[in-house]
Amino acid sequence: MNGTPTTLGLTGEEWLSIALTAELAGLTTIILLVLSAPLAWWLTRTGSRWANAVSALVSLPLVLPPTVIGFYLLLALGPQGAVGGTLERLGLQHLAFSFTGILIGSVIYSLPFAVQPLREAFAAIDPRVLDAAATLRASAWDRFFSVVLPLSRGGVLTAVVITFAHTVGEFGVIAMLGGNIAGETRVVSIAIYDHTQALEYGAAHRLSAVLLGFSFLTLLAFYAINQRVMSPVRPQ
Amino acid sequence: MIEGHLRLARGRFLLDSGPFAFAAEGVTALFGRSGCGKSTLLRAIAGLDPATTGQLRFRGERWQDGRWALPVARRDIGFVFQDAALFPHLSVRGNLLYAIKRAPDADTKDLDRLAERVDINAQLDQDVTTLSGGQRQRVAIARALLMRPRLLCMDEPLSALDWRAKAELLPLIDELALETGIAVLYITHAPQEVERLASRVLFMEAGRVQRIESLRDALSRADSPLFAEEGPVSVLHGHLGPDPVPGLAGFNCGETRLTLLKPAGAKRSATRLRVLARDVALATSQPVGLSMLNQLPVRITAMHPHDDGRVTVMCALPDGQTLLASVTRHSQQALQLAPGQPVWALVKSVALMD
Repeated sequence: MNGTPTTLGLTGEEWLSIALTAELAGLTTIILLVLSAPLAWWLTRTGSRWANAVSALVSLPLVLPPTVIGFYLLLALGPQGAVGGTLERLGLQHLAFSFTGILIGSVIYSLPFAVQPLREAFAAIDPRVLDAAATLRASAWDRFFSVVLPLSRGGVLTAVVITFAHTVGEFGVIAMLGGNIAGETRVVSIAIYDHTQALEYGAAHRLSAVLLGFSFLTLLAFYAINQRVMSPVRPQ
Repeated sequence: MIEGHLRLARGRFLLDSGPFAFAAEGVTALFGRSGCGKSTLLRAIAGLDPATTGQLRFRGERWQDGRWALPVARRDIGFVFQDAALFPHLSVRGNLLYAIKRAPDADTKDLDRLAERVDINAQLDQDVTTLSGGQRQRVAIARALLMRPRLLCMDEPLSALDWRAKAELLPLIDELALETGIAVLYITHAPQEVERLASRVLFMEAGRVQRIESLRDALSRADSPLFAEEGPVSVLHGHLGPDPVPGLAGFNCGETRLTLLKPAGAKRSATRLRVLARDVALATSQPVGLSMLNQLPVRITAMHPHDDGRVTVMCALPDGQTLLASVTRHSQQALQLAPGQPVWALVKSVALMD
């Protein structure tokens, strides 16, 4: 496990976990954008009495220990679970200890980090601007893409960055749900834990430094872009 | 015709218009106090609120039937909001192109023509957030007209503007309504705007349509809600004639000619003259040695006493138009004024509405 450092001072195995982390965070971000946009839109505009219950559900991952989410997902996605068992009966694989499993876990775990910034951005849009678009013969889809999204680009950027960074920093859910399979579920945070347990402090140092540097640079870039993009109005 | 009966609950407010019907032509003012439901009715007519129920027909076409509603996009309406509601992420040109791209048979030539007409061609490439309030409304009006709507809805388009911008936009709206022939629904709580623009008035109170009548009828009732602010007002229709003497302007209503100070920069096309009843005195014979320029022979048609001791006297000009005078009950009794009597109306001041 303690291979010799190759590219940029990291071993092939370490690169594998970095690539896996990037893939997981990237896919999670894409899936969450597609899911969260309509959800956040509904939460912003609806007068439904279910809105509060849905808001609370969406926010649960903020307060629950990741182990709780991981535990329930392990039950649901495993061979005896509602989802995993059904898949098995259909002749497919259950999802515990798989990449798909930790992807589902990440999507649920990072959901509030995607929904909240979008929701704030959507709420800041003057509803009369949307009415105006409707009287200009724009359909609901047209209004969403031609008015809502451009006016929320600050919120979209925030959602993308925070979701990606949050997924990169995920540990508990994956540890519970994914085990530690190289190339499948061993993301950087798991690998660091693993190295530490094995007293391989050199490897743990290298990967921790990578995460630290990545996270800082991401946030730095985010705040720099933020100043220009957050405001829905174009700079003079 | 625009006819129907619409219901719409917004928060605690309930619009229940009652049945209404009026011609889909000219400018119809929706008049009433804040919170009476003017905006809600206009949104219901435009189809902007999916919770609307009831009936609505526009020129015989079904727009609302129970819960069923023709989508806004298919009603061919233009909507101008109080705060213009421009797209803040687009330039002036971008806002206008937004309309053109979605209009069935508009082309970019319309954009330049309309921008010129509403006088925003110098601002076309400007960011909308840098425009003044008046410019924003000009863009909003041009954007709405680019759709070539059959009905133009205007929700207090001038109320957020300063007096100068108001004074510039009122005639523009009037001219555009005439030029395009588009039916206009115009919300306002300012009697002056009604008197300047409207051909008929829809009065609203507490979520209901109280009555719909021509502007002339609305100004011929002593208890007209239009008089709440400045007391009774007459609007005389006519046109500017040749100047009687240099520095003064002549305004002809039939054979009656009124004389007024030549207003600076007023357009020759002005067709309405506004006279406050409190600026009109009555005399039983033509007085001499008086500084008032306008001494008009009229005939009293009706009198309405008020609780505060004033009497609104309705007088007919020779061409049938109504001129209101406000006198005290004491004067009315001293002069023995009565319907049918010919008197002289002495008009202290008149204002050309432009």
